[in-house]
Amino acid sequence: MGFGPLLLLAILEGAVTAAVLALTAVGLSLTFGIMRVVNVAHGEFFMLGAVLAWFVSQWFPDAPLLAFLLAMVVCPLVVAGVAVLADVLILKRLHYEPEATIVATIGLLYIFQQAALSFFGPNARPVAPPFNFRVQLPWFGYSGYKLFVILAAGVLLLLVWLLITRTKIGLVMRATQIDRTTAKAFGINVDRVYAMTFGIGAGLAAIAAVLVVPIQQAHYLMGGDPLLLSFIVVILGGLGSLRGTLIAALLIGLLDGLLSTAFFFPPTFAKIVATLLVALVLVFRPEGLFGRRTA
Amino acid sequence: MRDRALLSHLGLVAVLMAAHWMLPAYHHDAVAKVLVLSVYAMGYNIAFGYTGMLSLGHALFFAAGLYGAAMPLTLWGWTGGPALAAGLVAATVLAAAVGLLALRTRGVSFMIVTLMFAQAGYLTILYLGRWTRGDEGIVIAQPLRRIMGLDLSDGATRYLAALLLFVLGLLACLHLVRSPFGRVMVAMRENEERARMLGYNPFTVKLAALTLSGLYSGAAGAAYALMFGYAGASLAGVQYSILPMLWVLLGGAGTVAGPFLGCLLMFYLIDYASVITSATLLVVGVALVALVLFAPKGALGALRDRLGKEGRAWLP
Amino acid sequence: MAAVTLLEARGLTRHFGGLKAVDGVDLDLARGEIHALIGPNGAGKTTFVSLLSGRTPAQSGTVRFEGRDITRLPAHARVRQGIAYTFQITQVFANLTTFDNVALAVQGRGVSKRLVRETSAALERVGLADCADEVAGTLSYGHQRLLEIAMGLALNPRLLILDEPTQGLAIGEIENFKRLIEGLVPERTVLLIEHNMDVVMDLAHRITVLNFGQVLSTGTPEEIRANAAVQAAYLGGQA
Repeated sequence: MGFGPLLLLAILEGAVTAAVLALTAVGLSLTFGIMRVVNVAHGEFFMLGAVLAWFVSQWFPDAPLLAFLLAMVVCPLVVAGVAVLADVLILKRLHYEPEATIVATIGLLYIFQQAALSFFGPNARPVAPPFNFRVQLPWFGYSGYKLFVILAAGVLLLLVWLLITRTKIGLVMRATQIDRTTAKAFGINVDRVYAMTFGIGAGLAAIAAVLVVPIQQAHYLMGGDPLLLSFIVVILGGLGSLRGTLIAALLIGLLDGLLSTAFFFPPTFAKIVATLLVALVLVFRPEGLFGRRTA
Repeated sequence: MRDRALLSHLGLVAVLMAAHWMLPAYHHDAVAKVLVLSVYAMGYNIAFGYTGMLSLGHALFFAAGLYGAAMPLTLWGWTGGPALAAGLVAATVLAAAVGLLALRTRGVSFMIVTLMFAQAGYLTILYLGRWTRGDEGIVIAQPLRRIMGLDLSDGATRYLAALLLFVLGLLACLHLVRSPFGRVMVAMRENEERARMLGYNPFTVKLAALTLSGLYSGAAGAAYALMFGYAGASLAGVQYSILPMLWVLLGGAGTVAGPFLGCLLMFYLIDYASVITSATLLVVGVALVALVLFAPKGALGALRDRLGKEGRAWLP
Repeated sequence: MAAVTLLEARGLTRHFGGLKAVDGVDLDLARGEIHALIGPNGAGKTTFVSLLSGRTPAQSGTVRFEGRDITRLPAHARVRQGIAYTFQITQVFANLTTFDNVALAVQGRGVSKRLVRETSAALERVGLADCADEVAGTLSYGHQRLLEIAMGLALNPRLLILDEPTQGLAIGEIENFKRLIEGLVPERTVLLIEHNMDVVMDLAHRITVLNFGQVLSTGTPEEIRANAAVQAAYLGGQA
């Protein structure tokens, strides 16, 4: 393959990573931006989404498209429900005190991992893609499903954007973000906004996982990477800024595609360098690469 | 003797000494391991419990002690004493270096930066698998595990060596937290801005505390390598950053004996739970959530509060 | 003024976005005086003393203390040079004992052998000796204010900056406070932000009035009382 087509392939692969990452990270960004909660269990919501998608796929072994469509609805709803419960039963009772919520979400992380390990098992399991067609480009064939993932993630992100900027719910969420006390004084039910935000954030991670699971198998320890990458993206984008989060996800995704596809970088070494670089960005530019205000 | 705090902690040491002759073999070995890991937890407590730095990267310092001792022993033919010292130096230097960078941030950012440095360290161990043997780990042969003529692979010797390390750590910690510097550490935890307006530079105070914390973690790691003869990447993973936090929270953050108590309780909780269920992750998870919900001050912290002035005198 | 200048601020400026919180303020503090800083809410008083104490960096202008330029010195280093600041909203270490609170201030000066004695003396001076072993958070509000001042004094500062020290104190406590402050000069210098005009007129040797981040006027209490511009901006506004 020549360098041009290789570059195109790398960009496509990067775009898939970026699309899934953006969905996951926007979920984390919402909970951080609006609730000021650092949700260490966010990666496990992603994992739960993938594992549930596998269970759904087992109900309809002969109809992958039906299973996929069902999973797109059921998984985020179930995971959002779990998240709402966690918020009401635990986080709310901690008054969202930062250190306590960090410790509590670490606890949730282990509880969810154990649940997956007990009910799903220690092995990675594949889920059949809803459709199998390849888009034949002049230089190589490319999975139609991967292109669909990019498209679907784009549509979902647009919906989130509209929800936040154009609807009454979004207005209420933004008002709560700016000033919790004033929002309360204006009759906003802050508890409900928080529970909803936590649910939506977790649901976004779950839906990202449903999209990705036909490409990457479901496994009970799969939540680590999305968590770390989402943190990186949210921080680079400026804590709590949705636009920054999107740009950073695109950047990280494309970088990942380029490094691993076009330049055959040893992945472990690339990860070490990337991790250190992001840590240094946090140290020397705590407001993120794109943020101007200190959050 | 009017020093009630010293009295209570010497009492603990006496109990542990008596346990050496009384415990059956299985528990004898278990407590030896708990003693070594308690030193790690004490180090975490200095950073988190006393100075208020919520780190998720202490496994890096523990691993630095672990590999800092294991690699010279197995690869370069060092003897036990210098290897132990190498582990200490590696962890202390690394903690100071991480502190110089990470302490420019605070709160959540500090937590994430330390997590990332530790993650980079973990990946480095995997990447250098030729020397570290990655996930499989380094097994240190019995003849190498000697220090000053003592065979640390022998159960009785190991217990006494672990106890010695623990007592040194415990008494040093007791002295530290009752010293003027200990008071400044607590001031940083309670209200950094106020402490600054009393003339203390938060950065240097926290850097000193984190470096000391790294020294403790490294001592535990190096001792672990020598006593239990194993160094593996799993001991450098994020779970080994979270465990000391759990132990400290369970026993009581900001109490000298809390880390040991928490480590001991957690060890036996998992040990007994494993008879009924293999769900050890669940035990850890539920313990963390239950602690922050129902006992945020941990066992000794709650006891100290209940006893008021007497509590502060007995349990610093 | 015959006295030597202790602190000299020139053209100090701090803007927050479009808000000119402090806008080119000059101020001279004479050694051994009690100087009051007054002005309507939002005049920039707290921001201004934050620039002096180093809690907020100045965007332009200079601060000289004892003849040395300290403009770039961080806050904790300025404390060591002898500038102490007590907080407007009481910020004692609520979970530490009263003794430990003051000991933190004393030991920072390098005192180690006589730490207990000096700490006890500092508590004695403000009348908190009996509360030494109490946890500071359980003290009454008035006692917490006194503790805050005791911590400031225990730093043995040459300049003590007090941000609304009498706020929330009972009338009897205010009288005690005035006596305490009067006893500090002329060994020390006091800069006082205060809303209680009786306290200001009784205590201050000189008064500086800030308005919209700028110095409106500086003078003795009599001069300030007679100043028409001040009355319009501030005293008149209250009547």
